[in-house]
Amino acid sequence: MSPVLEVANLRVDFSGRTAAVRGVSLKVQRGETHCLVGESGCGKSVSALAVMGLLARGAVRDADVLRFQDTDLTRLSERGMARLRGDKMAMIFQEPMTSLNPAYTIGSQMAEVYERHRGAGRRAALDRAAELLGRVGITAPGMRLAQFPHQLSGGLRQRVMIAMALMCDPELLIADEPTTALDVTVQAQILRLLQTLQRELGLSLLLITHDLGIVARMANQVSVMYAGELVESATAEALFAAPTHPYTRGLLACIPIPGTVRRDEPLGSIPGTVPRISPGFAGCGFRDRCTHALPACAQTVALRSAAPGHAYRCVLPAEWT
Amino acid sequence: MKLRHLATALGGVIVAFVLLVGIFAPLLAPHDPFAQDLMRRMVPPEWMEGGSTANWLGTDQLGRDYLSRLIYGARISMLIGILTVVTSGTIGITLGVLGGFFGGRVDDVVMFAITCRLSIPLILVALTVVALLGSSLTLVILTLGLLLWDRFAVVARTTTMQVRNLDYIAAARAAGASLAHILLREVLPNILSHLLVVATLEMALAILLEATLSFLGLGVPSPLPSWGLMIAEGKDYMFFSPWVIMVPGVTLFVLVMGINLLGDGLRDLLRAERV
Amino acid sequence: MLIFVFRRAVLALLVCLTVLVVSFALTRLSGDLAASIAGPNATADDVAIIRKNYGLDRPLTQQFVDWAAAAASGDLGRSYLYHAPVSGLIRVRLPVTLTLGLSGLAIALVVAIPLGILAAMREGSAADRAIMLVALLGQAMPSFWLSLTLIIWFGLNLQWLPISGIESWQGYILPATVLAFSAIPALMRLTRAGMVDALSADYIRTARAKGLSRSKIVLKHALRNAAMPVVSIAAVQLGFMLGGSIVIETVFALPGIGYLAWESISKNDFPVVQAVVMILALLYIGLTLLADLMNAVLDPRLRAS
Repeated sequence: MSPVLEVANLRVDFSGRTAAVRGVSLKVQRGETHCLVGESGCGKSVSALAVMGLLARGAVRDADVLRFQDTDLTRLSERGMARLRGDKMAMIFQEPMTSLNPAYTIGSQMAEVYERHRGAGRRAALDRAAELLGRVGITAPGMRLAQFPHQLSGGLRQRVMIAMALMCDPELLIADEPTTALDVTVQAQILRLLQTLQRELGLSLLLITHDLGIVARMANQVSVMYAGELVESATAEALFAAPTHPYTRGLLACIPIPGTVRRDEPLGSIPGTVPRISPGFAGCGFRDRCTHALPACAQTVALRSAAPGHAYRCVLPAEWT
Repeated sequence: MKLRHLATALGGVIVAFVLLVGIFAPLLAPHDPFAQDLMRRMVPPEWMEGGSTANWLGTDQLGRDYLSRLIYGARISMLIGILTVVTSGTIGITLGVLGGFFGGRVDDVVMFAITCRLSIPLILVALTVVALLGSSLTLVILTLGLLLWDRFAVVARTTTMQVRNLDYIAAARAAGASLAHILLREVLPNILSHLLVVATLEMALAILLEATLSFLGLGVPSPLPSWGLMIAEGKDYMFFSPWVIMVPGVTLFVLVMGINLLGDGLRDLLRAERV
Repeated sequence: MLIFVFRRAVLALLVCLTVLVVSFALTRLSGDLAASIAGPNATADDVAIIRKNYGLDRPLTQQFVDWAAAAASGDLGRSYLYHAPVSGLIRVRLPVTLTLGLSGLAIALVVAIPLGILAAMREGSAADRAIMLVALLGQAMPSFWLSLTLIIWFGLNLQWLPISGIESWQGYILPATVLAFSAIPALMRLTRAGMVDALSADYIRTARAKGLSRSKIVLKHALRNAAMPVVSIAAVQLGFMLGGSIVIETVFALPGIGYLAWESISKNDFPVVQAVVMILALLYIGLTLLADLMNAVLDPRLRAS
């Protein structure tokens, strides 16, 4: 079966100064949850925005393959992208507090997607909006439609954003840190909601997060990013069972897992910070923080296979990392 | 980015130039700006037909040398601009800092004063005052100074509110510094840069207003060579000799633009500092 | 919301009262109004007669209370010059000033808002710089000089438009344009700043993610949020424009209240001056009140609190 989204060698530069994304490849299969993981600034959000064609001005996107279902996104005009966005592919963001327009009601903002892509009238669009608000677990949807964003809590706003993204039954939902700005209890609710919706609607989900707990809970497939590069990709089971890239190993060492970490043992951490990558940069972005770094790390490192379906980008063989 | 710096520098050069011309007017002016020569009236500037190098910018309807009057006019404009800003700045900054620092009732009173001031029609009131008390340079400066403090007050108030709660103010308080010390030594220096931007705006406004009042016949008295007055006196001849209003008009325009460019540059500098 | 309206109304009322006192005090500045009216050549007897006739011999507070009470009932006194009720003079001339002010504002908005939006959409481009340069030039242009220049160009050299009076509606074109010029820079800068802020907001990214058209994103989602400060400033600017129309009415000989005031000032007709100051102040107060209310309507967050 062909993937819903296929990306090969995606690159994004910001006004020629920063190479934010340097060759990211991934496939999102129908109905699966693909998690894109990495610390902030690693280029995961930029990758998602690049796929959606939502990059800010001054950013340059380039890719060998950027295909959504049967559509080649690299050849699509801005108009063509706009027709896909909100219809076949939708996105929700990290900041539910500011992602809704303060000047318009929830109903108006939700209805406008349906009117735009389905040519529906206001009545039909509002009915659809009410249906979806109910679906994402919002009580009294009719009343909520007439409310303004500032009258809603953060958790409710994120539910509204999810409902809005689902207005046109998208094939692919990209969720960029959807729970980061929320309280822990609300986080759990939103994640459960996403899982339920995915199961019921057969949604393909590209979930961007820095939280390995969320990955463990949600992911079928995982791609780990560091400094604009894909450093490891595998199924969730394989990744947690046998993390191969030194960065992934370092990340996993940072999470306390009950039973495996002794109480008095210090929690792992990776010394140093993420470097800023300028366009001429070559080699592994992690080498300055890596305990295994070799001279060869300064050359371009290719992805290699640790096991079938498990790729990592390191000069060392899998058993040495 | 370069263009912006260039514009700021241009503004600075214009302002400095006019200031120097004003200061050294007696040395620079080729003729006495008040000396009439009824035999040589309305002589056009040198580059026009009938002009001569005796009067580079021609003469006015009383045969006075236009260039000399323009040079002495720089004095009046700069004097008005600077002294008005000093007066209005003192009033506005005092009110604004007090309102912003103390808040509550004090702030209510300050806000009320600002609202009242804004609702009073500026030009009309200034005209009335000058008409009643007789026109003179001092009176124009005082009147404008007493009217143009609103923006100083607004900006001083908001910026004081922003710095009021910062740590170093709390530290000064905890160290037992006197109120006057806190306001003058801790608050004022930290809002000064914003006030400098306001000062350029107000200076430009004061110079424009003086010219307007003088143009309407109720500003500085004739025969002082105010640029506004020169335009007013040239008005009757403008259809046949448009240069009589163009020369002082363009000069006024360039000076005000120079001050605005300088102010814009300062504002950008401030913004760059904050980022 | 109701409390907000009520508080604003009370404040406006207090400001009105203060302005009333100021406009009264203004004409008493010279100390002896009767002498000012009589002029420099009058004898002491003439001054005494004027003082008695105009009731200027009573205590100042008495004069103020009488004047304020009469003003409240619409009687603004009698003009010394026209020998007619001031309210009548103003009633005839106010429409001219209002027409001038409103058409000036209309021109200013029609020019400033699209240019401001354009500059914001192309932030940092040559078009943006050119537009901001125009704003800068406009700010530095003395309106009386611009008026004279336009009179020379259009009225005389091209002979397209009338240069004084309002025999036909074309008479308003030049003065309204000059008046608009004074408001355009501020409105344009504000529209641009508001649009730059709005266009970089998260909700615009959401709107793009929804696949909305460019025009809908800019004109519906961004402009609505950028419009709030513009509305306030537009109202305030209209107030300033009405006050500033005195210069333009004088240059173009438009029979509005500005021209009336200028005439009255130069002829010492103080009941008229006093009344015009008051009318302009009241108009300004009314306009700012209106702006606050409109903002409350535009901004749902304000409406709730």
